[in-house]
Amino acid sequence: MSKILLHGTEAICEGAIRNGCRAFFGYPITPQNEVPEYMSAVMPKIGGVFVQAESEVAAINMVYGAGGAGVRAMTSSSSPGISLKQEGISYIACARIPCVVVNIMRAGPGLGGILPAQGDYFQATKGGGHGDYHLLVLAPSSVQEACDFTYRAFDLADKYRVPVMILADGMIGQLMEPVELPPMRALSDIPKKDWATDGGYGENRRVLNSLIIKPEELEPHVNEMQRTYDEIAANEKMCEKFMTDDAEIVITAYGTVARICKSAAKTLRKQGIKAGVIRPITLYPFPSEAYEEAANGAKAFLTVELSLGQMVEDVRLSVNGKKPVYFYGRTGGNVMDEEEIVQAAKDALAKAELAKEV
Amino acid sequence: MAKVFQKTKMLTDAHLHYCPGCTHGIVHRLVAESIEELGLQDKAIGIAPVGCAVFAYDYFNCDMQEAAHGRAPAVATGIKRCLPDRLVFVYQGDGDLASIGMAETVHAAARGENITIIFINNSIYGMTGGQMAPTTLIGQKATTCQNGRDPAVNGYPIRVCELLATLDAPYYIERVSTHDVKHVLAAKKAIKKALRFQAEGRGYSFVEVLVSCPTNWHMKPIEALRFMAEETSKTFPLGVYRDKSEGRE
Repeated sequence: MSKILLHGTEAICEGAIRNGCRAFFGYPITPQNEVPEYMSAVMPKIGGVFVQAESEVAAINMVYGAGGAGVRAMTSSSSPGISLKQEGISYIACARIPCVVVNIMRAGPGLGGILPAQGDYFQATKGGGHGDYHLLVLAPSSVQEACDFTYRAFDLADKYRVPVMILADGMIGQLMEPVELPPMRALSDIPKKDWATDGGYGENRRVLNSLIIKPEELEPHVNEMQRTYDEIAANEKMCEKFMTDDAEIVITAYGTVARICKSAAKTLRKQGIKAGVIRPITLYPFPSEAYEEAANGAKAFLTVELSLGQMVEDVRLSVNGKKPVYFYGRTGGNVMDEEEIVQAAKDALAKAELAKEV
Repeated sequence: MAKVFQKTKMLTDAHLHYCPGCTHGIVHRLVAESIEELGLQDKAIGIAPVGCAVFAYDYFNCDMQEAAHGRAPAVATGIKRCLPDRLVFVYQGDGDLASIGMAETVHAAARGENITIIFINNSIYGMTGGQMAPTTLIGQKATTCQNGRDPAVNGYPIRVCELLATLDAPYYIERVSTHDVKHVLAAKKAIKKALRFQAEGRGYSFVEVLVSCPTNWHMKPIEALRFMAEETSKTFPLGVYRDKSEGRE
C-alpha cells in the first residue's frame, strides 16, 4: 500500500476512524485543534457523531455516555484541558467504560505555553484523577505510530474495558510525515458489548456506575480493576531497543525525544562510546524488564525528557539501584538538540566512573 | 381477588431510600408510569445524578448510567447523539443541575439536544445534610446560611425555567409541583408530555418539579407541603415557560 503525507493530528483521526471510532467530543485548545476540526468534517460523512462540547469537562462526560452506550468514542485535548478531564476519566475508569483520550502535551504548569513538552507523564501514568486506577498509555514517536497506536488503542480499550491514552508531545501534533494508513474496519467486525447501556428493560437492564457505597463491594471492585492492570502488564508492555546489546551508556526517552536520542547514540558510537537507546512505547504499563536486562551490561543510564524529570522515577525503579541513573531535561517548550544529549551522555559516564572510584 | 392497581413495572422492587415525607418517590413513579404508558420501556436509558437521587439507577427498571456531579446532560448528549432512537431521560436535583452542572444544563438546552430533563427542586442540598442550594429561598435556613439566605451575602435563588426560556432551542419547559394531588396529576401530565415530545423527535424538553424536603427544612411532612404551596411556588411560579407545540415561544 502506498504512503501519503499526513499531519500528526490527521493521522490520529484516521487511526481512530479506521478502527470504528464513531463518536468524537472535543473542545478547542492549542496545539491539537486540528483533531476536532478534522473530526467535525469527517464524522458526519461516515455516520459518526461530532459535538463541540462547552468544555473539556463536558466533552469527557459525553465520551462517558457514548462509550457507555457501546460506541467507540474519543476525545482529545492538550495538557490544561486534560487536567479538566481528570474527574471524568476517573469515573470512566471505575465504571469500566472503554474510550480513547488523546493528550498532545504542551508546556506547563498552569496555562504554561503552547510548545512541545512531556510534563504530563506523572498525570498520565500514575492515575491523574482521584482514586486507584490507571490508564493504558501509548506514546508515539512518529506520525505513523500516531496513526497505528490510535487504531490499536480502541482494541485495547474494548478488550480490557479501560480508558487508553495516546500521550504525544506537541511535535507529533505538528509534524508531517509519510504514513501508510490501515484499511477501514467494518463496524460489524467489532465485537458486541453485552454490558453497554443501549436500551434494556427489566431483566435485560444494565447499569454503568462508579458509586459503590458499600466497602465490602468497593474493595472487590477495585481489586478486579487491579487484576485487569496486572493482566495488561503481563500482555501489553512494549518498547523499542536501539543498539542496547553492548551499550555502556543506555539513553532512554519516549516520544519524539527518543528520535533525537537515537541520533545522539549514533554520534556517540562514531566517537567510540557504545551508546544505545531504550524507548518505552507503553508508558503504563512501564517496560521495566528492558531496563533490568540492560542494567547487566551498562555502566550508566541517562533519562532524557522534556520535563524536569518524571519518567526518570520509573527508570530508577526498574534499574533498582544496579547502576546509576542520570537525568537530562529541558522544559518550557524548549527542545534539546543532539549535541546536548551527546554531552549529557558523556557527563553521565564520567559521573558513573567517579562514583565507582569513590 | 381482582387486582385493581399495581406499581408500574418501570420501577424495580428495590426499597426507596428517600426520607419520610419527601416527594422524590412520587416523581420517580410519575416518570416510570409515563415511560410505561408511552410504551417506551425497551428504549429507555436513564441518567442518575449525584445528590439525593444518586441511587435512581437502582429504582428505574431500565438501562441506567450514573453521571458525575452536574454532568448528566453531557452524558445524555453522548448517548442520545449515538443512539437517536432511544428515550434518554435525565433526573437531577438543584445542586447538581443549577450549581455545579449549570454549564452542562445551559449548553445541552442551547444545542436543543433531544433529551428530557426532570429537574427536582427542593431548594436545599438534601443528601449532604441541608446546605444552601442555588434555589434556596430568601430567608430560608440551611446549614451554610444558618440565619437564613441573605441576598447581600448569598445572592438570590436561580429560576432555571425562566433562564432556559431565554434560549431559542428548547421545545418544552414547564414548572410543576408535588404539594397536593391536583398538582401531582398535573406534574404527571407535564412529564409524560416532555417524554412524548422527545419520542416524537421534537427536541429538548425540561420539567422542573418542586419537591419537599421535610428532613432538611425541619418541618413535618404536611408542613413542608404547605410551605411549598405558600412559599416555594411564590419564588418559583408554576406554569409553562415554553411549548412550541402550542406556539408558545
